Amino acid sequence: MTGKMRLVWVYPDLLSTYGDRGNLLVLERRSRLRGIGVESVFVNSDQPVPRDGDIYLLGGGEDLPQVLAARRLRADGGLADAVNRGAVAFAVCAGYQLLGHEFGGADGEPTAGLGILDIRSGRGERRAVGEIVADVDPALGVPVLTGFENHQGVTRLGPDAVPLARVSVGTGNGDGTEGAYAGRVLGTYLHGPALVRNPGLADLLLGWVVGPMRPVPPARDDLALTLRRERLAAIAP
Amino acid sequence: MNKLPLRARLATSVGGAASKVSRLAGRGDGSVIGGVIGLRLEPGLLAMLAQDREVVLVTGTNGKTTTTRLITAALAPLGQHIASNAFGANMEAGMASALGQAPDATIAVLECDEKFIPSVLAATKARVLVLLNLSRDQMDRAAEIWLLARRWREAIAAAPGCRVVANADDPLIAWAACEAPNVTWVAAGQRWHDDSWCCPRCGSHLRRNGDDWKCGECSFTRPPVRWALSGADVIDPAGRVRPLDLTLPGRANQSNAVVALAVAEVFGVDAVHALRGMRDVASVAGRYTTVERRGVSIRLLLAKNPAGWLEALDVLRPAPEPVMLAVNAQTPDGKDTSWLWDVDYRRLRGRPVFVGGERRTDLAVRLEADEVSFEIVAGIDEAVDRVGRGSLEVIGNYTAFQQIRTALGRAA
Repeated sequence: MTGKMRLVWVYPDLLSTYGDRGNLLVLERRSRLRGIGVESVFVNSDQPVPRDGDIYLLGGGEDLPQVLAARRLRADGGLADAVNRGAVAFAVCAGYQLLGHEFGGADGEPTAGLGILDIRSGRGERRAVGEIVADVDPALGVPVLTGFENHQGVTRLGPDAVPLARVSVGTGNGDGTEGAYAGRVLGTYLHGPALVRNPGLADLLLGWVVGPMRPVPPARDDLALTLRRERLAAIAP
Repeated sequence: MNKLPLRARLATSVGGAASKVSRLAGRGDGSVIGGVIGLRLEPGLLAMLAQDREVVLVTGTNGKTTTTRLITAALAPLGQHIASNAFGANMEAGMASALGQAPDATIAVLECDEKFIPSVLAATKARVLVLLNLSRDQMDRAAEIWLLARRWREAIAAAPGCRVVANADDPLIAWAACEAPNVTWVAAGQRWHDDSWCCPRCGSHLRRNGDDWKCGECSFTRPPVRWALSGADVIDPAGRVRPLDLTLPGRANQSNAVVALAVAEVFGVDAVHALRGMRDVASVAGRYTTVERRGVSIRLLLAKNPAGWLEALDVLRPAPEPVMLAVNAQTPDGKDTSWLWDVDYRRLRGRPVFVGGERRTDLAVRLEADEVSFEIVAGIDEAVDRVGRGSLEVIGNYTAFQQIRTALGRAA
């Protein structure tokens, strides 16, 4: 990274269903609290995706926008180029699915994704709606995930992707695992502002760009940690 | 909105729309509801109760309760009993109950939950269907809004005798209504654009110019309008400009009022007479009510989703007026608080902000990210005590709002 860290919000016009802006705001805030300069770029679906971003964010979307977003991102090529060059990508829900080889389209039909992540998704029997808790792959050093999921997707990982976490409450990928990552590309079914309740995951993404960082001043981390505790306590079995 | 081009647009639409109105006027008054009464008890009951009445159905993400109230006030000059579920009970049981309690009413103005429109439109054989707006709302239990609009299209296609009064400024509403044989298009404005960047018909990027919009690729365009909100004025089909002068605050209610005037026109009530009663409406099911509490004057505002919060923040008196925000996530609110991140709270900087409700920590984290200073309070009384004297604005989502009304002793 040279100069400011560049956050690229990919297609907020198509992939921003419910609070996805939160991920951008959390990354901005946690960078600034450490004195890291940051600049955010919003790229709508009628604009080219810049290739020089440091972190690319993809949000959730309804079925048709998801199909359109996948088609345009494939035609554009910018996201795939950036990832191949080592940029970080963080995708939730519909954005997560479309990073894979295929996903279920508007009527559930197989639809080509970007193939950036070795996953395949389809439509499940039932919609998964509710709180989700999942234990993160110990290799990542991130505390337990807490979030909300709202999707009907079922995702299977290929050999080149690793599950992000193991579900203890909720549905996730549908086979006991939740999300996937490979290199610096990471996707999750925690929808919307997933990083708000999971500052450790936000710091993982930031660390992939800037290397080891000092912690956020504890007084500035209190509320987010209180929120984590509240939400985890509220669904404790 | 620039008045001249708008008037020009109005002029082009008046002829066609007026002929449609005259055809409509030739229709029978609540003709025989034929057909089979459904096997399920409730839709059958609703159909029976709606029989021989002229029914107006009001739906959309925001403004249903207020618009229902304004339409009822606008139709008062007809001098007829009007049945209405005026307190927001907008599912089939609530509508049936409103009709059952008003057996003599010849007109019914009914607020209807978005997802019940297909069954209720069929059951009531509504004379008028009002479509206000569509935006993201309680996505953990409601359908995605494009799917909702598609179901409305199918329902409208199956009800060719119904006149649709629709907001032309909301592209998704325009798509839902555009195939209907009888539409009164209203330029009611659209403050929240984040759910309509793309063409509902083909998915391409929409081009916007002020309130005007058109698809860059297919032929889908904002329809020519018959009624328009322009600033705080209404422009009627003849191009006359009149101040609305509502007691209710905010641009959203001006928008609801123009829609109500378009409905009044269908019933032959002119704007001058319709506005008289509408201007007397001061609060709607507790919303906009002012309550005194220990020397503090509290005004209550309800906001249930990002578009609603945007409108509520618009209504706030300027800083340094203190405000309390209260958020819950019970079933009627939606159990997912993600929507907080779709609301821009930065404009609350520079005034005292109190944060309450069962999900106050979620809200506090949100405000912290927007660098808005705040104090967390246990309830409305703590906020009142900290304010001490003067006035306090309160914005709550659904159950938080109801809890505060209860705490204030239903004076609200």
